[in-house]
Order: sequence, then C-alpha cells, then structure tokens
Amino acid sequence: MTYTIRRIVLLVVTLTLVSLITFSVFQVIPGDPIRIMLGPDADEEQVATLEKQLGLDKPLYMQYAQWIGGVAKGDFGQSIRFSKPVSELIVDRLPVTISLALMSVIIVAIIAIPLGVFMAKRQNKPSDVVFSSLTQVGMAIPSFWLGMLLILYLGMTIKFFSISGYVPWSISVKGALGSLLLPAITIAIPQIAVMFRYVRNTVIEQLQLDYVRTIRSKGITEKYVLFKHVLRNSMIPVLTVFGLIFAEVVAGTIIVEQVFGLPGIGRLLISSIGSRDFPLVQGIIMYITVVVVLVNFFVDILYSILDPRIRMT
Amino acid sequence: MRTKSTKYIFAFMLLISVLVISACSGEKDKDGANEETPARAQEITVRIADDPDFLDPHLMTASITEMMMLNIFEGLLAPETDGTLKPGVAEEYEVSDDGLTYTFKLRENIKFHNGDPVKIEDVKYTFERLMGVGNDETLSSKFKIVASLDAVDESTFKITLTEPNSTFLFSLTALDSAIIPKSNDGNHNESPIGTGPFKFGKYNPGSNLIVEKNEHYWKPGIPYLDKVTFTFQPDNQTALLSLQAGEVDLMDVPAHRIPEVENDFTLIYEEANSTVLVGYNMDRKPFNDIKVRQAINHAVNKDNIIEATFSGYAVKLGSNMSPAMEAAYKDGLQDYYDVNIEKAKELLTEAGYPDGFSTTISISSHNALYTNVAQVLVEDLKSIGIDVKIEVVEWGVWLERIYKGRDYDMTSIDFTGKLSPYDILNRYISDAGNNFLNFKNAEYDALMKDVIKESDIDQQNVIYKRAQEILAEEAAAVYIADYQFIWTMNPNLEGYKLYPFFYHDMSEVRFKE
Repeated sequence: MTYTIRRIVLLVVTLTLVSLITFSVFQVIPGDPIRIMLGPDADEEQVATLEKQLGLDKPLYMQYAQWIGGVAKGDFGQSIRFSKPVSELIVDRLPVTISLALMSVIIVAIIAIPLGVFMAKRQNKPSDVVFSSLTQVGMAIPSFWLGMLLILYLGMTIKFFSISGYVPWSISVKGALGSLLLPAITIAIPQIAVMFRYVRNTVIEQLQLDYVRTIRSKGITEKYVLFKHVLRNSMIPVLTVFGLIFAEVVAGTIIVEQVFGLPGIGRLLISSIGSRDFPLVQGIIMYITVVVVLVNFFVDILYSILDPRIRMT
Repeated sequence: MRTKSTKYIFAFMLLISVLVISACSGEKDKDGANEETPARAQEITVRIADDPDFLDPHLMTASITEMMMLNIFEGLLAPETDGTLKPGVAEEYEVSDDGLTYTFKLRENIKFHNGDPVKIEDVKYTFERLMGVGNDETLSSKFKIVASLDAVDESTFKITLTEPNSTFLFSLTALDSAIIPKSNDGNHNESPIGTGPFKFGKYNPGSNLIVEKNEHYWKPGIPYLDKVTFTFQPDNQTALLSLQAGEVDLMDVPAHRIPEVENDFTLIYEEANSTVLVGYNMDRKPFNDIKVRQAINHAVNKDNIIEATFSGYAVKLGSNMSPAMEAAYKDGLQDYYDVNIEKAKELLTEAGYPDGFSTTISISSHNALYTNVAQVLVEDLKSIGIDVKIEVVEWGVWLERIYKGRDYDMTSIDFTGKLSPYDILNRYISDAGNNFLNFKNAEYDALMKDVIKESDIDQQNVIYKRAQEILAEEAAAVYIADYQFIWTMNPNLEGYKLYPFFYHDMSEVRFKE
C-alpha cells in the first residue's frame, strides 16, 4: 500500500518536473504559434485578433499558470493549431499509437524471447554466431530507413499492406492490421535485436549456475530445465529490459508514425512542437510520461509475481 | 513440440533478416500502378502535405488550406485560371466613375450548403465580420478602406470606399472574403458552410479532410465527383509510393522524381506565380551598398540553380514578378545582370571589398528548396571571394527572427503568388510591415501610391512594370526563378485546372469516359 502511494507521489513529482522542463524549453525557443500557422503572408490585424482570443498576448508564464490551473481541474486546454480540446485530440489518436505500441511489443516478445532461449542452447554454433552478428545490424538500422525499405519491398508488393494512412479497427480489422503491421515491424526490429541479446546472455548465465547442475543431476529432462527453471529465473532481468523497451517503442512510434503517415500521438507531438502549440505539447508529454511511468509500475508488480522473494516496500 | 515451434520462429526471423539484408539486391520496381481498374466510385484522394491552419475561410491563410477549402467557398467574385476575375456569388457588378462605389447584384437561386438561400444580410454579415464591426476582432486589414456597406434591395449590395483603390476588386474572391451564412455564426471553424461546388464533410486532424458534392451548386452539371479526400501525408517519399500503389490520385511531385512517374501518370504543370529569391538585409553592411548587391547578382548563375534545384522546371526571373501575371509582367529583366565574374569582382573592389567578405545565409529547414538554392549560391559567391556560411533554422525561428525580427545577413525564400500585382509588389514599400529585406526607394514608394489611385488598367500595368525595373536596377534581391509546381494525376482523370495561386480546383475533375 505504502508502495503504491509512494509511486503515485513519484508520478506527480515526475509530471511536474517534465511539464516545467517543457515550459522552460518553450521559453527559450523562438517562434510564434499564430505566425507559424499562418505563414509569412499573415494579416497583422488577424494575428492581433487571434492572439487576443487565444490569450497568447499574455507572457508564457501566465499561460503556464493558467494551464496548470486547468489541469488541476482536469481541463487540458485548447490546442492552438487545431482549435480543438487537447484531450479530444489525444483520445482520437490513442487507438493508433496504442495498437502500434502493443503490436510492436508483442512482436518483440514472441520473436526475441524464444529465439534468445533457442540460441543460448546453441551457444557459439554457426547459427548463433550468424544471429548475434545480425542483431548488431538490427540495432544499427535507423527506423526511418527501415520503414522505407519495408514499404518498398513489402508494402508495394503485397496488397494486404497499406503504406500510408490508417484504417480504424472498427471499420476493418484486416485494414487496421494492414496499416499497422509494417510500422510495428519497423519499430520492433531494433528492439528484437536488443531483447534477443539480453535473453540469450541471461539464459547462458543461468545455465551455468549451480541450481541448474543440481536439477540436471536429478535427471530432469533438458526441456524442463530450460523452460520451467531457467526461463523463469531469466525473466526478472528480462522484465527490466522490457520496461526500457516499452519506452523505446513509444519513442519509436514518433518517427515511424511520421514515415507511415499514421495519425497517432507521435505525429501529433512532432507537428505540435513545430507549430509551438504549447497546450498540446504539454498535454502529449504529460500523457507519454504517465504511460511510461505506469508501465514501469506494472513491471515492478510483475517482479513480485515472478519472484515472491521481492517484496513491494 | 517446443523445439518445433521455435524452429518455425527461427525460419520466420531468417526470412525477415534476409529481406532486410538483401534490400539492395531486390527486384526492380514492379511495373507502375495497380493493374486492375478501380471501382468507378466517383471519389478521389488528393495528397496534401500538412493539416489546414483554419477551416474558417476568414482565418485561413496557409496555401495548403486554401488549396482544399477554396472548393467549399465562393466570394462575390471568382478568380479565373488566368488570374482575372469573373462573377461568383454576385452575378454582375458595377464600379462608379469616381471609383468609390461598387454595386453587386446577387445571383438568383444561389444556396448555401445547408439549403438556405444566400441573402443580402449574409453578404453584409461577411464583410462586417471581416472588418470587426461591433466587436474589436478585425480579421482582415484589406477592408479598412470601406466606408459603408449597404443593402439596396433584396438582391443588390453596395460597398462604398473612403478612397479609390484599384486593387479592391481582388479582395472580393473567396481567398479574402468568402461569403458565409450568418446563421452559422460561431461555427465557421468547426463546420464551415459556403456556396462552392463541394460541401465540407469531415476534418480528422492529422489524417484527412473530406469534401462532398454540393447537389445544389448553381453551375449545372458541376461538380462531377461525389467525394474528394484530402489526405495529409507529410513524407514526400511515402506519398510518392502511395501514388504508385494507387492509394492517391493526385499529388505534387518534386521535379527530380519526375522520371519515376512520367510514364504512368498524367503530369500537369505551369508557372506557379511564385518568386524564389536570395535576399540580403539592405540595412546592414555590406549589403547597403548597391555595388555589393550588383556584384552578387553578377556572380550568381541562375541557370545552374534552376537546373540543380528544379531540374529545369522553372522560369528565370529578374524581378519580383512571374510571367504568370501576364499583363503586369515586365519581360527582359531576367537578363539584367549577366553572369560576369570579372565585373562582379570589379564592383566589389569599387565598393571597398577587393578580397570579398564573410557572411551567413539563414534559411528555413521546412523546405529542401532553400538548402538547394543556398548550396549553389555558396559556390557561386566563393568565386568572387565572398565566403558564405549556411545556417539552417526551423520555420518558426525563421519567421520570428529573420522575417519579423529582420535579424539576418542573407536568406532565401519563395513568395507565393497573389491575384493582384499590387499585393505582390507592396512588400517593397519602405514602411511596409513585411518589407523584411529593408528595401527603401522614394520613387518606388511614390509609384505604389499612384497605382492604387489609377483606375486605368493599362496605366496600372505601366506603373507595375516600372516598379519591377526599379527592383532590378537597385538589385533589391537576387531574383532566381518562378518554379513550376508539378502535379501528377491518375491517368484516368481529366479536367484539372491550374490557377496562378494554390488551388486544387476539383469542380471539373472527372474520370475519363
């Protein structure tokens, strides 16, 4: 219980810090949201009217104070760029980013974990050497480039994949899969590489421990040793990495949504920074922070399930 | 069991890896667009690079927005493809001899998208809203010269000006004063209503904007299409692939990508009525010296820039006016400064810079165009000893520091086209708010004052041409080119028209029989 309370306090502190950092950055970077939106041909009268209507004629610290006041009441304010409530804009885009992030994480899990265990058993055999070097490549590939390759070689040839835009799940499950699978793979590949190496090394480490020798000496089958004991013990360090990978995946969606033209949170963030849409940027960053903190919270809980010796204190 | 499934996964991983690794050796592009004909739904998809700024026609300013939204709105007058004006919501109009009174007769049976007929009070509402009558919220400075708005009878509307203004008529198109219904007050940005060939369907931020056929459109038989989806795709590369996959029917294509699409798609282009220029801050040394400016003009090889940046799809300019403006365009200035390194060096020496100098060109990162121009420029200026450093800044920074703050040495930008030559040239008036090049010339200021009072169009054009000459003589900037915007279209479509400003006119676009 105290653990949960401590976590919540920590979350609030993190959020405040993050929003203060965002605010400070906005103080420093030049750019006027109305002028960016309207471009060089903006009518001066119109700029003045809009700034008054949107409260942009006030200094930024007052806008920030106003924003904080609203957040306390659960109101995240209006986006300057889209003239819509920030919360509505984020909620509209959630399905895209959540689906994308979940699909990526699932792809990472179902490929990297079995593969890591498999290769750990084949340590230093040719297939292991090949895969270990491949993961180096996997980690080094920039996602925007990888995305382009996938579009070019899979998106253009297989009709199932749509290469730009998003089909909501509610309209067509097949369409949604077609529009999300390639971006999800794009995000997943570098993370598979990271995860694979981690799983492989952990399993190899575990296999050398005394308890493995003990179990083996009891005559238990190798399969049982591997999946019942070693895998479970390997999962704790792997979970830590999983928390980190989730943060990476969320970051990955930002670039990949841009490449695949997916209307998700990441693309919204990029465009809102470019257009100096202060309330929207704050809102999205708050949202991402909450998600990352929560995921790590769940990871902590999972620890205690996997290893009852770890207590939540 | 376990090992079997892991084997499958292993195989799957191998497959993916092989795909990634062998990327370079893959087969050549599959041949062109989709083979099968699309189901003939009267719907098309048009690629747009970004979200609109505002849906409210009186607030929209970005050319990206106007491209789409001009399908929804009409002004009293409508622009023709050659930039002249034709009747729009007004069927006919009359200008009094003193140039002060404009009388408009409304078109009969013209309806808004909600089915309501267009009434005089809607017209009055439109202009009062723009002028900020009754509240302090002026939306346009173009109507400051309006003295009064009067409804003469049920279908006649009169605008009186405080002083004659030869460019006023150009403010009466949907670009500046779309006629909108009073009944929709307060909702113009959420659910815009107009009288145009298409009505607003839905706007999904970050995704698309959909317009649907206006069944009541006053022009019979128009539009042909039932629905147009403007899809927002920021990435050029992906957009091009979507076109080739048949997901997009119309998009702009960078000139250097033309070879990839010219065989399978219809290419449409003409001068965009824009002006790409390299500017320098004429308030700063050494650019306050005309000899330095002329030296730079002699050193820059515009043809090289046109080739490098636009693959030749551009027309060389010598002043701030495109040949697309036809009657107002002064021909011949494009060769006012020949490429002459010797002369350029001489001029620099006379100006007191025999060894050249160092300077910085600050350009925005939002369009590769400026980087391309700057890179060629740097090489050209090196040949006369001027050492130019390229500084790339974000668009927001460019607008704030360079455009508004006028804090820069050199920059590059393109000015997009306007209907009226006056609106193109007025940024060089000494005290103009957008005169960020800091050009100051008494003769120019006087000419621009005269032209506004001049009612004779031929005489106006004489003045506009002289103004262009002054810009060239004074070397107010290095005027590079008017580039062509190149559209690639699904070959099954026809009826796309080009205007001297950004407008995706969908009204006559249709599938070929």
